Amino acid sequence: MSGKIRALPWKGLLGVWTTLVIVLSLALPMVARPEHWYEFPIVPGLEDKARIIFFHVPTAWLSVLAFVSSMVYGIRYLRRKDLHDDVRSASAAGLGLLFCLLATVTGAIWAKFSWGAFWNWDPRQTSIFVLLLIYGAYFALRSAVEVEEKRATLAAVYSVIAGVVMPFFMFVIPRVLESLHPEPLLNLEGSAGSIPVPKLQMNTTMLAVFLASLAGFTGVYYWMWTLRVRAGTVELRRATEGEDRD
Amino acid sequence: MTPHPAAARPSWIRSALSVFRKDWQSELRTRYAVSALLMFVLTTIAIVLFALGTEGAPAHALAGMLWVVIFFSGMSGLARTFVTEEERGTAMTLQLTASPSAVYTGKLLFNLVLVYAVNAVAVLLFFFFIQGFEVRTASIFLVTLFLGSTGLAVMSTLIAAIIAKANTKGTLFPVLSFPLLLPLLLAVINATRLSAEGAFFTEALGEFQVLISYIGAVLTVSYLVFDYVWKD
Amino acid sequence: MIRVEGRGLRKVFNRRVIFRDVSFSLGEGEVLLVTGRNGSGKSTLVKIISHVLSPTAGTVEFALDGAPVKGMAARHLGLVSPYLQLYDEFTAAEHLRFAMTIRGLRPDPAGADEVLRRVGLHHRKEDAVRTYSSGMKQRLKFAFALLHRPPVLLLDEPMSNLDAEGVAMVRGVMEEQRGKGVLVVATNDLTDIERYDARVDLNGRER
Repeated sequence: MSGKIRALPWKGLLGVWTTLVIVLSLALPMVARPEHWYEFPIVPGLEDKARIIFFHVPTAWLSVLAFVSSMVYGIRYLRRKDLHDDVRSASAAGLGLLFCLLATVTGAIWAKFSWGAFWNWDPRQTSIFVLLLIYGAYFALRSAVEVEEKRATLAAVYSVIAGVVMPFFMFVIPRVLESLHPEPLLNLEGSAGSIPVPKLQMNTTMLAVFLASLAGFTGVYYWMWTLRVRAGTVELRRATEGEDRD
Repeated sequence: MTPHPAAARPSWIRSALSVFRKDWQSELRTRYAVSALLMFVLTTIAIVLFALGTEGAPAHALAGMLWVVIFFSGMSGLARTFVTEEERGTAMTLQLTASPSAVYTGKLLFNLVLVYAVNAVAVLLFFFFIQGFEVRTASIFLVTLFLGSTGLAVMSTLIAAIIAKANTKGTLFPVLSFPLLLPLLLAVINATRLSAEGAFFTEALGEFQVLISYIGAVLTVSYLVFDYVWKD
Repeated sequence: MIRVEGRGLRKVFNRRVIFRDVSFSLGEGEVLLVTGRNGSGKSTLVKIISHVLSPTAGTVEFALDGAPVKGMAARHLGLVSPYLQLYDEFTAAEHLRFAMTIRGLRPDPAGADEVLRRVGLHHRKEDAVRTYSSGMKQRLKFAFALLHRPPVLLLDEPMSNLDAEGVAMVRGVMEEQRGKGVLVVATNDLTDIERYDARVDLNGRER
């Protein structure tokens, strides 16, 4: 897979990119009134702890991206019955689970900074938790089916159903939870549905580093995914080699 | 000579109703699902009663509790229709003789009847035994009960078909169902709370919209994917 | 006029090849014999032809008067197999009513009586299958498969569990089917059927 991008040593570049992002996100000073281009604005109440945003949001974004990717390859499997599509689907889901866990944990840490409690049942925390449950269910299902083709089919179907129910989370959860539970103390504006869109006042620099982090994380995800797919493909080929003597 | 009945064009509806009637008659004879479900409802309500003691609980907590009982009752009984076919080996008989959508429809109808019956009993028991469970706007409550039960049956039937083909069926069923039922549960709990508070019917319209579109979406997806689940 | 065509059928199960490259073409009045030792995939092939199981590769197509039959072939198929299970709590009469309605057809009580007499179960038709012996269950499977007069009849180990009378009944059924449709018989015992038009031997098909 990396053959296509072989012209660019993209993994090396990715490494440099993410290192830069990490350094910048942690090192650039936060001042009350940024005057120089390299300064971040202070977020009242959070100060330095706001830096978690560079890491938390990308993990949440990736857990959703991975889910969609898993669903798309799942649908492809249902149509073509090619187990390679299932390898892609499961690999994406595995990474999605990982990033969802990270997102839940980093989100809880952020909640602790902002509102004093690790768990708040605000729309975003609840949504990421539900996504975690869905991933868990997905893998519980996979481990409960022995026949490969059936496992791939059922997993793909479940991801499709979950995908169909997802929009309901985005619209139902914010509305309902806000009426069931009181507003958290420090309301970060813009709970745009369940997608964690922080509306901190970001200046250009901060926004740049934030987007760079997002891009970097996505690159890392893609790399990890290709590795998993390659491993899965090799395993698939090795197992089917016993099949044919054509 | 009268034409042979097999020469007529087959009717999909007859096939679906045939599945429903078979499940229903089987249930009447063995009474497995209904008795298990009713016992479950009774036991859960008893536990709730003990937990509440003499103090009772605020209206919205009781609303939530009603749906907890309904949810878990559903989890204990709605998978039967598919699981028994797999366990007894009769799934192949159905695969041979009926189209997948007819099988799904028949079993959905069965689960709907089951859910309406069990939930009605659960609600009655709640009114009877649980102090403080009041409904001020009956119209909201009835519509919520109907839509919520329907949504529960629709989602559960599809998940039941999935887990019937897996190994650890019992525990897998609630694990797979809960995250996907959450939007429904949140909407019905909220609507039930509104009905307990005496809100106007129109205030619950938002929840009803969610419920109706949820049911529509899940039904549509069910008919699209059921073939893949059912066929081997 | 019914035609059944199997092309390039291949079944892989849990990464083991059960069989490959199975093809056949049957027209009305023809008989296909499927043989092979235990585990060679006879029942699997029968299930695939019945559209109960999907092949890993290849197709099975039914054509009625030249026009392909799309979708379910339930109406045109009858299957007797050790894998076909019946419902313990229902009676033979109820099974036969179900045999029609589940296929979307109207019940045929008169036809049911006739076929029950044919398989020798009429005297037990109001008894639940739970009370049947294995031989009786096998006879009921025949009734279940024949009531709607399918042009294609598939028999997997048809003589199993049957006494001499039952065996004679099956031979009669096979002869009759030969005259008016397609018959597929899967068996280890070659004395089950004397004349056949095509044969698929699954021994050695996995390599």
